[in-house]
Amino acid sequence: MAKTIIDMKGIVKKFYIGQPNELTILKGIDLNVEEGEFVSIVGQSGSGKSTLMNIIGALDRPTEGEYTLDGVAINQAGDAQLSGIRNSKIGFVFQTFNLIPRTSALKNVELPMLYASVPRGQRTARAKELLEMVDMGERMGHMPNELSGGQKQRVAIARAMANDPAIILADEPTGALDSSTGRLVMDLFHRLHREQGKTIVLITHNQELAEETQRVITIRDGQVVDERRINHEVLPPDSFFKGQQDEARQEEQSL
Amino acid sequence: MTQLLENISLAISGLRANKMRALLTMLGIIIGIGSVIGIVMVGDSMTNMMTSSLQEVGANNIQISIQQKASETGMSYSVQIDEEDLISNDMIDQFMTAYGDVVDAVSASETMGSGRAEDGRKYANVSISGVNNGYQAANHLTMLEGRFIDERDTKGIKNVAVVSDKLVNNMFAPGESPLGQEVKVYLGKDIYTFTIIGVYEYKQDALTSMMGAMASDQDLSTALYIPITTQWKLTNATEGFSYITILTKQGTDSRALANQFEDYFNRFYQRNTDFGVMAISLDSIIDQYTSMMGTIQVAIAVIAAISLLVGGIGVMNIMLVSVTERTREIGTRKALGAKNSAIRMQFIVESVIICLIGGLIGIVVGMSLGYAGAALLKFPARPSLQAILIAVGFSMAIGVFFGYYPANKAAKLDPIEALRYE
Repeated sequence: MAKTIIDMKGIVKKFYIGQPNELTILKGIDLNVEEGEFVSIVGQSGSGKSTLMNIIGALDRPTEGEYTLDGVAINQAGDAQLSGIRNSKIGFVFQTFNLIPRTSALKNVELPMLYASVPRGQRTARAKELLEMVDMGERMGHMPNELSGGQKQRVAIARAMANDPAIILADEPTGALDSSTGRLVMDLFHRLHREQGKTIVLITHNQELAEETQRVITIRDGQVVDERRINHEVLPPDSFFKGQQDEARQEEQSL
Repeated sequence: MTQLLENISLAISGLRANKMRALLTMLGIIIGIGSVIGIVMVGDSMTNMMTSSLQEVGANNIQISIQQKASETGMSYSVQIDEEDLISNDMIDQFMTAYGDVVDAVSASETMGSGRAEDGRKYANVSISGVNNGYQAANHLTMLEGRFIDERDTKGIKNVAVVSDKLVNNMFAPGESPLGQEVKVYLGKDIYTFTIIGVYEYKQDALTSMMGAMASDQDLSTALYIPITTQWKLTNATEGFSYITILTKQGTDSRALANQFEDYFNRFYQRNTDFGVMAISLDSIIDQYTSMMGTIQVAIAVIAAISLLVGGIGVMNIMLVSVTERTREIGTRKALGAKNSAIRMQFIVESVIICLIGGLIGIVVGMSLGYAGAALLKFPARPSLQAILIAVGFSMAIGVFFGYYPANKAAKLDPIEALRYE
């Protein structure tokens, strides 16, 4: 049986606790993600999926309930510990890329390793390897403002992979991209999942993208309302979109 | 360590991307550090100049001068100085008997006037001074040939002169000995003839060179010394000195002795209603000067502190703006695993770099000002390493002090809020 990476039991998140405007965003969420799974969490805005993502990503602690990430209890962790957990166990991919400005693609990918005190030589070697993996080997020295949206997101994915995290947590990773470059980014996630066995959690409001993953978890009003396994044996996404992907790649390289 | 280096290179690239803003931020620091370095440099050269030129005259010297006593009514009016008011040779002799163990020499001189030595073909400008036998020791004259005026010359009221090597060069052929030769001096409408008994080495004193009095060797006016008694006889002057210089022995406390000497000489003036004496040691003049410069430097330090405070607040302001502008970056860094301490360090390093670069520019500006100022006042410029090191240290301290609050604000940002910041 596969190892459990995310183990959430009865997660409750409240804001303005004890005040008249107390707000309960998450109302007891149980969630399990196993190693090597590609899961999507879908929900409308206001459903609590961002709050859930913050908790999964160890940016926030739950008010109630228990959350264990790759064997580490998040509830009891202090700020410094949470930083360490984010650094080693989670690879964030944001909708807005969030590359550090005025810092080369290479340095951006090195950053999580810098915070993990990886020696310089090792850091640079690993960052180069990752950038080559996402097809950005020729643009390592470029600054973020010299890259297109799709290129930025690929650098961000390379950065997310830097410390070989337990999960990749992608928050609307294609939300700021046009459909063809978005497609490339999605393919990259599929590749990481298929070739490296990465555990990936995709947060999106796009039902179509969610359908590409192995399991779709739907959140509404702070609760899991639907959980569906999808069988992809008939149509592996990579070959299904093969034509489209080549088209998009050509388009991107002509940029 | 690697994080520190990364922070430094990141801070520098950030400054490069925003050159104008960085420069304006640094301006307060530049002005503060620059003015301190400049003023301290000029002040140091000035102090050094003054003390060295005073020491050239002799730190062991005590000057005794006659002073008009304050009248009983408190009104000051001019009183004619008579012979009995002046310090006489007799007093000096008595003084030497009493204090011979602590005093090397008593130097007394009176200026007779400026004139020109001529022999029909060649000339040299001179200023004639009548001196006693103690003059040489007190004024550190080095004899090149012959001897200085001694007691026999003064007692005998001899028509002898000691001249400078410059005069010799101007008036005598190379290799010709001036000793025993006569020199004719034209002073006003009078002509005096002296026999040369010695040649001293002319030294341009620091004060003269400072004033930029650079006459050519030909026109340079050098002192020609004759016995004081000879001068009195030639000019029919009242015999006595309005001031004398006492050269105390090495290792004596000239400040304490100055008081004793004043008391000693004042005994001669007990019955004199108009005059008394006052003693000043050069040591005390140097002390006064040094303490005056010290006061000025404290005033400069206060002004500098204010300007650095203003500069520091400017840095803090810009750092706060920078933190706000980079909220999202800070959020991202935290999401990637940066600890609060790492974020704090990043911004403190940035603030220190701004201040340090500002400080370094300030040092360059200050030193240029210092060199320009020293050149203008014709002092030798003396850049003070101490001031530079303090400036570097101080600007870094400002960076840490005024960078801490914004850095701490950045470190304490909530990563979720920061990531969501537009």
